[in-house]
Amino acid sequence: MYIEIQNAGKKFIQDGTEFTALENVSLSIEKGEFICLLGPSGCGKSTLLNAIAGFEPVTEGSVKIDGKEVKEPSVRNVTIFQNYGLLPWRSVLKNVELGLESKKIPKDERKKIAEKYIDLVGLSDFRNSPPRQLSGGMQQRVAIARTLAVDPDIIFMDEPFGALDAITRIKLQDDIRKISRDEKKTIIFVTHDIEKAVYLADRIVVMTPNPGKIKSVVSVPIHGYRDRTSGNFIHVRNKIFEIFNMKYEPDIEYII
Amino acid sequence: MRNIKKLLSVKNILVSFIVLILIWQLIYTVGGFNKALFPSPYDAVSALKKLFFEDSVLTDIGASMSRFAIGYISSVICAVFLGLILGRLKNIFQYINPVIQLLRPISPMAWLPFIVLWFGIGDVPAVVIIFIAAFFPVLLSTVSAVGKIDPIYMKVSKSFGIKQPQLIWKIILPAAFPQIANSIHLALGTAWVFLVAGEMVGSQSGLGYLIIDSRNNLRADTLMAVIIIIGLIGLMLDAVLGLLEKQILKTWGEN
Repeated sequence: MYIEIQNAGKKFIQDGTEFTALENVSLSIEKGEFICLLGPSGCGKSTLLNAIAGFEPVTEGSVKIDGKEVKEPSVRNVTIFQNYGLLPWRSVLKNVELGLESKKIPKDERKKIAEKYIDLVGLSDFRNSPPRQLSGGMQQRVAIARTLAVDPDIIFMDEPFGALDAITRIKLQDDIRKISRDEKKTIIFVTHDIEKAVYLADRIVVMTPNPGKIKSVVSVPIHGYRDRTSGNFIHVRNKIFEIFNMKYEPDIEYII
Repeated sequence: MRNIKKLLSVKNILVSFIVLILIWQLIYTVGGFNKALFPSPYDAVSALKKLFFEDSVLTDIGASMSRFAIGYISSVICAVFLGLILGRLKNIFQYINPVIQLLRPISPMAWLPFIVLWFGIGDVPAVVIIFIAAFFPVLLSTVSAVGKIDPIYMKVSKSFGIKQPQLIWKIILPAAFPQIANSIHLALGTAWVFLVAGEMVGSQSGLGYLIIDSRNNLRADTLMAVIIIIGLIGLMLDAVLGLLEKQILKTWGEN
């Protein structure tokens, strides 16, 4: 297994009292898988993501990537954030070059790589613009280009489309699915949106709060194009509704 | 920023100065003061002319400006550099902050006797006074600006493996810069005020020295002329830095 999480837990001390954000989480992820961590707020999905990404390692159990214990963020893995994290003082091109700068790549080579990925996300016309002149969706595409430019093994996404409008969001979801298939990256994606999870993921990790733990893991056996109105799609979605006990069951009082 | 622009519009400037000169002339005419105590606008302008064409005041302006440039620029560089480091080292800053808070309210002029004793009379006292005047405001606002940097920039840096010293130049300085630029601008005014004070006591040239010289010669007209020069240069410096700051905020502007 590529990513191996065993009995992982995370405890915080908040105002003198202990708070369990994550308890007894075990999960294995294969290389190239698209995983969605799904659940309501407080279920520890972001905590789990931060632990795998190395920002805040777990306090119990272990998280291993490629057999190595995760203690700090690695340059092999990149996180995409909800509020993009673009540097406002740099142009789009310079933002995309950011990650390449620590890799000792010559200057013109850097520019070439950056331009390739700006092209890939369809923002060539804006390569010299400052991020503030771009819409939210375009800014997130810049963040995606910046991530792909360093050719990471794993891409972590923490509610990356949370701040975008519905149409832009759907468009970007298509882009992300395409990228995950074409570039064969392992992607771990945090969301509270069930539709989004079913649309994107190979497997959905359903989490519940108090304390945060994994309730179940649902495979999405739909290959190729995913139609949001198809029977398969609705079947998987209903399965998740059931896990959350949210499925509407009419109160039958009488039958004729 | 827009307010400053409005304030500086030509019409407003003309009207306010004409009214000021009229009131000045009125007080002079009605009051009937001794010329040696209160010069008329005409006397001041004649003295100004004499300063420029006969007394080579430009040398004194040059002396003042170079002291100012050395003191102010070195102070800003030191304060920003130290502020960036201390802003990152919260634990150490907790111990340094009380000392800074103790030193900050002391007028730079209070150090002057020591400065003159240690460095003698000349360029150094004014430079040191300006250095102290600009140092603490810029240092403290740099520390606070570094503390207020959006944590996402730190996460992004970690994610892309950006480490010190690149982290300071690539991320921390630019992220904190808009707030630092504002304090650098404000410190300019303070520093200019203390240049004159420093030169009044510690120098044998410069605008501050001219003030003392005019007093010693009982030349109220020259005194007023030098005061006008000091004011105009201060205004000019402020306008230049104000424009610079505006430009910086424009290029740096967040989303």
